[in-house]
Amino acid sequence: MLFTSYSFIGFILLLVPVYYLIPRNRQWWLLLFASCLFYCTFDPSYLIYVCLTALTVWGCAMMIRMDQKTQDDYLKERKEEISKEVQKAYKAQHKKIREMWMILGVLINLGILVLVKYYSFFFGHGIKGLGAPLGISFYTLQALGYLIDVKRGTVDAERNPLKMMLFISFFPQVIQGPISRFKDLSETLFSEHEFEWKNISFGFQRVLWGFFKKLIIADRIAPVVNTIVSDVSKYRGAYITAVLVLYSLELYADFTGGIDVTIGISQMLGVRVTENFDMPYFSTSLKEYWRRWHITMSQWFREFVFYPVSTSKPIQGISKFIRKRLGNKGKKIPVYLSSFIVWLLTGLWHGASWTFIVWGLLNWFILMVSEELEPVAAKFHEKYAWSNTKWYKVFTWLRTLLLIFVLNLFDCYRTVGETFSALWSILATANAKVLFNGEILKLGMSGLDYFVILAGAGILFAVSYLQTKKGSVREFIAAKPYPVRFAIWFVLFITVLLVGAYGIGYDASQFIYNRF
Amino acid sequence: MNQKLKNLIRILASVLIVITVLFLLQKILVPKYVTGIVEGAFVAEYYKEENKDFDVVFVGDCEVYENFSTATLWEEYGINSYIRGSAEQYIWQSYYLLKDCMRYHKPKVAVFNIQSMQFNESQSEAYNRMSIEGMKWSFAKIGAIRASMTAEEHFLDYVFPILRYHSRWSELSGDDFRYMFNSPNVSFNGYFMRVDTRPVDYIPDPVQLPDYRFGEKAWKYLDEIRKLCKKNDVRLIFVKAPSLYPTWYDEYENQVEEYAEMYGIPYYNFLELTEEVGLDYSTDTYDAGLHLNINGAEKMSHYFGNILSEQFGIDDRRGDPQLDAAWAKEIGAYEAEIDRQCVLYGVDKDTLYRYNRPAETEETETEEGS
Repeated sequence: MLFTSYSFIGFILLLVPVYYLIPRNRQWWLLLFASCLFYCTFDPSYLIYVCLTALTVWGCAMMIRMDQKTQDDYLKERKEEISKEVQKAYKAQHKKIREMWMILGVLINLGILVLVKYYSFFFGHGIKGLGAPLGISFYTLQALGYLIDVKRGTVDAERNPLKMMLFISFFPQVIQGPISRFKDLSETLFSEHEFEWKNISFGFQRVLWGFFKKLIIADRIAPVVNTIVSDVSKYRGAYITAVLVLYSLELYADFTGGIDVTIGISQMLGVRVTENFDMPYFSTSLKEYWRRWHITMSQWFREFVFYPVSTSKPIQGISKFIRKRLGNKGKKIPVYLSSFIVWLLTGLWHGASWTFIVWGLLNWFILMVSEELEPVAAKFHEKYAWSNTKWYKVFTWLRTLLLIFVLNLFDCYRTVGETFSALWSILATANAKVLFNGEILKLGMSGLDYFVILAGAGILFAVSYLQTKKGSVREFIAAKPYPVRFAIWFVLFITVLLVGAYGIGYDASQFIYNRF
Repeated sequence: MNQKLKNLIRILASVLIVITVLFLLQKILVPKYVTGIVEGAFVAEYYKEENKDFDVVFVGDCEVYENFSTATLWEEYGINSYIRGSAEQYIWQSYYLLKDCMRYHKPKVAVFNIQSMQFNESQSEAYNRMSIEGMKWSFAKIGAIRASMTAEEHFLDYVFPILRYHSRWSELSGDDFRYMFNSPNVSFNGYFMRVDTRPVDYIPDPVQLPDYRFGEKAWKYLDEIRKLCKKNDVRLIFVKAPSLYPTWYDEYENQVEEYAEMYGIPYYNFLELTEEVGLDYSTDTYDAGLHLNINGAEKMSHYFGNILSEQFGIDDRRGDPQLDAAWAKEIGAYEAEIDRQCVLYGVDKDTLYRYNRPAETEETETEEGS
């Protein structure tokens, strides 16, 4: 049941009224039922994986909680009787027990992930009968984040396993995120919600905006991109230049459109889901881009990989060793090492292939080089006043966009060799004429389609620009007189209905991030 | 005005605007089938008939709507008939179209062209649309949709055709606005006329098939048609039109003959009756043997009308003032279309069979099929 399918729209049209009609303390039950139903529409057997993750994480978290309670009760009772050293030893002993439960939960769930998603990559062949359930990369990270948070004591363990199941399987976000933190999502996910017209209308508007991105832009571009990347020996040079721009636009419209639908539907149900994007293509550096693109994933890796790794004993040991040998010069090496691991895992998380690993490591390399060159850049800006002008900022923006476009190309090809071959052909193949002699119109998009894409991209840009100036666009429109706001949303609805690339003649494209 | 009333008016006005705009958009976007591919208009034209008490109803694909002239049946035998045909009409669609007819009137005879037995699944969404879309909403239409949908189709697209035709905004023509609410008839009681001629010059070699047996679904709906006719006391006749290709294999013929014999259903294979009918493939087809032109269709109707009258007792209803008036109007339009097409295709009207047929045709010996 894809977000843009009739069945999903029907599902929501049925769910929302029932959600507000049933007793409020049963609302989360309905969400759990709806989430299981939604997940089953892809393949009922997938639900077993989600249940397994929910149960193991819930069980381990409960063991951690119980152990914490045992420790606290024991120390409270005997606070006066035992010495501080004994207390410390007792705490250390229990900390290890809790760590053990956490590691057990992490290992089980990473084990499942590796078995279903990475086994064939590591061992050259898959396990018969095991397929990767949709969204496993997303919900596994979300579940592990919760378990680590419980271990750290930043959230209290959820006692109800069914609520844990809902946290992991909440249908609007289960297959493509965002990767929510328990403390953020649970607050509204399990609470009781009164019907609020604003939630319904704002949620619907957000869904409509997501459909605009997905159906008018992303799904219209997909056939051209798929055709070009299907044969690297045939489509080279200018075709690849076209794909650089088209695929990045498709990816943006597809992923942010999907998240818009997720957030919109959640809002209709009164559930607040974390934002995952902050106008990422307006970034003027790769570092900034990763603060604004797929925010929840970056935060997860920073919080649960980078910090633990960089403060781990081996890295601290390396840090000490380097400081002894190189002094201040090598102070960033441990950070770079930790980042290396983060980006290696980020690449692997995106997919079990070398293209994603190379993509991750290229990101790491560029970020580290930028970090190293920061003092030089600072001096440069100090020395040349023109480098602080608006035009220079435009230059850095375009430079960053180009970099992002090139990195995004690694999503497209099956092998690293094909990707580099395609990139090299941009410089080596002089065939710019195919962009103007009608050849490009034979790949699945007509001239009118290109016009629609251009207009759609213009609207995306204008809306993002408005957002930077006025804040929430929906609030901005809501402040207008009723006929104006009705006209705006109705025109958007009609535009999606008429111009959207759906139905017979169009491929119902899966959301790109559903694959991860 | 208090706030509640204001809000109510606002909601009602918004809903009204949304429904009106969507209704108008749908009206504009759905294909009109008045020019170009007109075959999509046939099914809907049936409902425009004021009096639907047809004695003979034909169902089937192009082999019925291009090969039998309803006007000739009336002119020569006073047979009040209608062809519920559509392009590549699959047997399940024929069944539901026949069922749909029964909602209005029970004919004396139902004629089914068995060509579509060769298909066990719908082959094309476009043909499904042309056969089903024109049907008025009923259980028959719902059944037709459900039986016909290909994997890529959705039931909802039939309920709200705007979802199917949403992208036609880029190809709208004057016809789409001109015929938004009303369109002229393009058939004559379901008969689609062509006056031009393209003689047969080549017949493609038959292609070897891996399996000549009709499919389970095709048999199921043949049974349904038979049962429907039996239940409603309608005499069922099978025909195979004299189209030279696609090939009608002997293996197909044997299966139909066996079935017809088993249930006592008259079956006329006109491929074997071309001489009796007097068909001449150098003058009676407009596309080299695939379909008949007006000459061929009128010869077929002359021959088959005689069978219907003599062997199946279909009444001559000439003299019924209401029918006379309706048919006079229809035949007027029929003649006008002949004139129009003769100019369009550069055909000398005087060369048409219609204006050269013998004053008194001898009754042709006919034999009831197996």
